[in-house]
Amino acid sequence: MNMNLHDPSSFTVAGARRSLDAHEFSATELTRALLDRISRVEGSLHALLAVTGERALADANRADERIARGDSAPLLGIPIVLKDIFATRGIRTTCASRILENFSPPYDADATQRLAEAGAVLIGKANMDEFAMGSSNENSAYGACRNPWDVERVPGGSSGGSAVAVAAGEALASLGTDTGGSIRLPAAFTGVCGLKPTYGRVSRYGVIAYASSLDQVGPFARTVEDLAMVLGIIAGHDPKDSTSAAIDVPDYQASLTGDIRGLKLGLPRQYFEGGLSEDVERAVREALEVLRARGADLVDIDLPHTPYAVATYYLIATAEASSNLGRYDGVRYGHRTEKVTNLLEMYRETRVEGFGPEVKRRIILGTYALSAGYYDAYYRKALQARTLIRQDFEEAYKLCDAIVTPTAPQTAFRLGEKASDPLSMYLSDVFTNSANLAGIPGLVIPCGFDTKKLPIGLQILAPSFAEATALRAGDAYQKDTDWHLEAPDLSGDQT
Amino acid sequence: MNGERHMQPQDDEFESRYGDWEPVIGLEVHAQLLTVSKLFCGCSTSFGAEPNAHTCPVCLGMPGVLPVLNRRAVELSVRTALATDCSLPETAIWSRKNYFYPDLPKGYQVSMYEEPLAVGGHLDVPLEDKTTRVRITRIHMEEDAGKSIHDAREPYSRVDLNRAGVPLMEIVSEPDIRSPAEAAAYMRTLRTLLQHIGSCDGNMEEGSMRCDANVSVRKRGSEKLETRAEIKNMNSFRSIERAVDWEILRQIDLRESGGTVVQETRLWDADRERTESMRSKEDAHDYRYFPEPDLPPLRVPPAEIEAIRAELPELPAERRTRFEADYGLSAYDASVLTSRRDIGDYFEAAVASHANPKSIANWVMGDVLRIVRDRRLDDALVIEQWPIPATELGTLVARIDDETISGKIAKTVFDEMVSSGSSPDQVIEKKGLRQVTDPGAIAEVVARVLAAHPDKVEEFRAGKEKLLGFFVGLVMKETQGKANPKAVNETLRAQLAGGA
Repeated sequence: MNMNLHDPSSFTVAGARRSLDAHEFSATELTRALLDRISRVEGSLHALLAVTGERALADANRADERIARGDSAPLLGIPIVLKDIFATRGIRTTCASRILENFSPPYDADATQRLAEAGAVLIGKANMDEFAMGSSNENSAYGACRNPWDVERVPGGSSGGSAVAVAAGEALASLGTDTGGSIRLPAAFTGVCGLKPTYGRVSRYGVIAYASSLDQVGPFARTVEDLAMVLGIIAGHDPKDSTSAAIDVPDYQASLTGDIRGLKLGLPRQYFEGGLSEDVERAVREALEVLRARGADLVDIDLPHTPYAVATYYLIATAEASSNLGRYDGVRYGHRTEKVTNLLEMYRETRVEGFGPEVKRRIILGTYALSAGYYDAYYRKALQARTLIRQDFEEAYKLCDAIVTPTAPQTAFRLGEKASDPLSMYLSDVFTNSANLAGIPGLVIPCGFDTKKLPIGLQILAPSFAEATALRAGDAYQKDTDWHLEAPDLSGDQT
Repeated sequence: MNGERHMQPQDDEFESRYGDWEPVIGLEVHAQLLTVSKLFCGCSTSFGAEPNAHTCPVCLGMPGVLPVLNRRAVELSVRTALATDCSLPETAIWSRKNYFYPDLPKGYQVSMYEEPLAVGGHLDVPLEDKTTRVRITRIHMEEDAGKSIHDAREPYSRVDLNRAGVPLMEIVSEPDIRSPAEAAAYMRTLRTLLQHIGSCDGNMEEGSMRCDANVSVRKRGSEKLETRAEIKNMNSFRSIERAVDWEILRQIDLRESGGTVVQETRLWDADRERTESMRSKEDAHDYRYFPEPDLPPLRVPPAEIEAIRAELPELPAERRTRFEADYGLSAYDASVLTSRRDIGDYFEAAVASHANPKSIANWVMGDVLRIVRDRRLDDALVIEQWPIPATELGTLVARIDDETISGKIAKTVFDEMVSSGSSPDQVIEKKGLRQVTDPGAIAEVVARVLAAHPDKVEEFRAGKEKLLGFFVGLVMKETQGKANPKAVNETLRAQLAGGA
């Protein structure tokens, strides 16, 4: 692919790596081109909370030196964006919250560090829902991020900025986090690829916690091949995260053989019942035919506890969040109210001023679910339901190698459409919550558009630590389709 | 020990104080595990550093950081569980105890709740001449909080997080304790045990060992467990006894005047010598415990448990029995010498260099421990820092036994050894303290003394036998105390009888 630096919006990581190695352009030139792109499109999108231009050029300069020495580290010279939930040493890390408005961590997240070592260029910190709580990116304390396919629509959340940065050509890849669908929903809504790896596959060290037993780091990119490249870098055991798995990281790129003959793909009955929009169902069915034509076998499966996933998720996630967010008390770092007359007031006003409404709602929900007298009815019940949901998948994977579903019942909704109705917002996650509860990996790839030219995402769920299976299926699909090559037209926003 | 023996009130004294009421007491002891670093990060646990010097992003509870378990802390906790005959369930679950306080960085304390590390053990507590078996309900691990410093002259409080994340174990007893003296004895026995196995230094002043007491009273003969009050803030053996006693009397008074005891937490005020209500059950925090998602369940493999068991040192109770049997020591001496591991180790090292256990026991319990306590070396548990090496104490006693010096001169030699750091033989040589045992030399001095006091000799021979001491004194004075006292006595008696 011939790459034109004046329009980097269709660049892939793999393609740019080849061009850098062939000295078609330098990392510095590529970075400048993307900084230029950011300055042209960012005004209408607000995908980034910070553009780290100086850092990016320094990273790019170092990358060029390494390239000149013949180094070809996998992400050398590749501009990337990190969700503002990743700790970046000496760079403001806000989690899109007022309470961390001026917080600059003295440490890097493990993923931040691994990307830097692989030569990636940090070009910005991405917008998100505050503390990763949301499905639309409207809960950012610094303003909503918009969908490049229709700027009146949401990009999905909570990793909306990370998805949009890739969709709009501001970065070649990005990292997000997925607690209940926060990578997969925005990937589907913005027409890019996103992967939530197995719980424990990528270290959570330095990733600001929302719900610790569900949070997982994952990449966004334009192609499945690019996802495989980034995953290969960020995956692996980290002694700083006791929940990270000491399981070898396979060569994900090598698994992209295009051969899915005999691969058994499960279709869960419960994901194709009521509520699914016609356009989404049509696109998913067509995608299944593409996979079948490549040799995959389709089998019907049951995930009987699917109806409990959303309730289970919102109990466990909010319970953990209510505890995880206890540390934002104004004592040691972050925002502290000016109105201090006593300790209780300091706590109360600091948190009243520092947290947005959705964060407060979830803290209250979670506190309630853990309270004496309610713990058994809510939190403990949710843990039991979680076990049943996990067992559903274990049973299903006896019949198939991966499970294919829609990512969301609808395409991107309008800004403000669900903002006043938290319950309908929560239901956007109906097809994504289960993977977090079960801990399994989930890949989302573009599989078409609805009648309004809004992207539709196909979800491929694999057994724990079988990311390679999902990636192989997704890559095979992309070998026969070009939905992933479509880019939104942002020319009207150029200045 | 620790000069507190005289404080131990007699059991029957308490019994008469309480009439037909029987106290029911259970203790919750927090002991700091003797690790170099904190429970979930690499920060130092050493005491006395500048405020907040021993902190890092993890123990400061900064966003996104995660705990990594200290293996040594687990090992020491398992060791404690084995030494108290607890059983270890296959898994222990870390839990979060949620509450807000400025010295609690994360807004929760990582502890264990529904599934602790160890359950169902016991501790045999000797008091006077009987031993009570106190059952241990559970032992769990947790992290300490920091310290809030309130100064009324300042409009704010200060927070020191050096302690935040320091590893603790909580050892919870069943309500098997029946008197304040027994409560203090339990604490003493436990402290000795923990010091012995090296899981805690037992330093109550620095807060390495703290205890809360659950106290209730019931009519003697009743088996019912009545409403209890929890007493906090007792930081010495003395305050445990005083606080529990005061609380028992308060509850008895209350019950006898028709009142009822309410479940509450009370603070011991050591200055005013009373407990004060801190919060009632209604005000009790809802800690919203739930499993800590950042840490997998703790599973110590059976092989590892067995390895720890194999490395357990001899426990204090076993050592006490052995000291009585092998060294012929009295029960009291054996209990003093095994009251701390360092004392027993010192004693045994001295006996190994010279086999006179009884004499060495007296020296250790007397002169040696006096100096150790005066110099406050007894909290370090390092006998290397003691005033004289154990082997030299052995040599000193050997010099008494081989009659190189007398017991009296030995005190002088000991003092000189302590002040100069010299060996006993060096001191004896340098100061010329070698005992005079030559019969000829002694006879000569005796003859000279008797010749100088013919009148006293007359009186002695007339039956005033107590003049012997007078003559002994003069002979010792003449020889600067170096004459062998036994030989002096014998020679005096012989010459006085002989009428020479």
